[in-house]
Amino acid sequence: MSTSKAIQIILARQLASCVAMPILLVDAEGTLIFYNEPAEAIMDRRFEETGEIPADEWNRGVTVVDEHRNPIAPEDRPMTVARLQRRPISRTIWTRSGDRDWRHLQVTAFPLVGEGGHFLGVMNIFWEI
Amino acid sequence: MQATLWGTRGSLATPGPDTARYGGNTSCVAVRGREGTIVVLDAGTGIRRMAATIDASVRRVDVLLTHLHMDHIQGLGFFAPLYRPEVEVHIWGPASIQLSLQTRLMRYLSPPLFPIGLRELPCELHLHEVPCGEVDIGEFRVATALVCHPGPTVGYRISEAPGKVLTYLPDHEPALGARAFPSLPRAWTSGGALAEGSDLLIHDSQYTTQEYSNHIGWGHSSLRHMLDFGTLVEVKHLVPFHHDPGHSDADLDRLMAEAIDEAKPVYRVTPGREGMAFEV
Repeated sequence: MSTSKAIQIILARQLASCVAMPILLVDAEGTLIFYNEPAEAIMDRRFEETGEIPADEWNRGVTVVDEHRNPIAPEDRPMTVARLQRRPISRTIWTRSGDRDWRHLQVTAFPLVGEGGHFLGVMNIFWEI
Repeated sequence: MQATLWGTRGSLATPGPDTARYGGNTSCVAVRGREGTIVVLDAGTGIRRMAATIDASVRRVDVLLTHLHMDHIQGLGFFAPLYRPEVEVHIWGPASIQLSLQTRLMRYLSPPLFPIGLRELPCELHLHEVPCGEVDIGEFRVATALVCHPGPTVGYRISEAPGKVLTYLPDHEPALGARAFPSLPRAWTSGGALAEGSDLLIHDSQYTTQEYSNHIGWGHSSLRHMLDFGTLVEVKHLVPFHHDPGHSDADLDRLMAEAIDEAKPVYRVTPGREGMAFEV
């Protein structure tokens, strides 16, 4: 028997697929397992073309700085905080993919916790400022 | 293993002359292994007649509940082995985030809804919460996973050496939220891994395509979605199940024929009728 994504992750992707806010889903290991069409502008690539992206690879491709344009260390990025510290976090960031234009975003990241406290991953919701 | 359908109706028991062939009892399937293991899938009203087939010498029965909607537990209080002190009854079912399986079952098996409380049952009762990965029950290996249906709901995949597989997904809406179904691979489809390559898949078939459009989110499949799901998971034999209480025998004959003619599945389809038995 192969493995399926957890039903909560499947439903989270279904939700992300039909809302206008950019959404990224990462699994418990930090692999980017899905991003919706609105998020493709932030990622500067299409999910249909990339599929899942390992944590180190996609973190390298995206620059994230704070309101004052100071770099945010990988371990302090909202998604990583939500994943490793298992708590929700919301903050304002500037980000760009490769050498594209900077985007000013509000990001909220929160852990997805299933039955029995089983940690499933993180949902990241962005809002263009 | 042998699977016998004791209740094929969804939502509400529907006895009467118009439903006599497909059956009016709600969900219950008995699975018997070659070494004598008895697993009962769901405890709808069909379980009462099923219990009468359990030999007095049997000392253990496992009841696997997919979820606790009334049509899947209404027969539980009428399951004769619960009243035999010499029998171990193992009930497997989902807890909720806040309530244990025992607490949830006691809401039904206690006054005023039922005269006998769970704690008063004479049998040796064991409760097990699912999903719990894979477990061995007698000669069966049973895998469980949450699937798309309102409230905590699981499907069961029962394997028996040498590799025969029965999967039971009586209440399942894998198409929920999908712009087109199926458009994603099995790993991203509810129940995909559970049903993958099954020799026999017993699956929700509650609605017509038109009916489904008015019941999105209610947790059930259209006939077309069920058939397309069967193709996606490469099932060998599909049994449409959990028939809508509003569908008469004549309706089901017509709807099944139309859906199969339209989808043209490459696998075998046998609409589930009460009393049918399948060798897997």
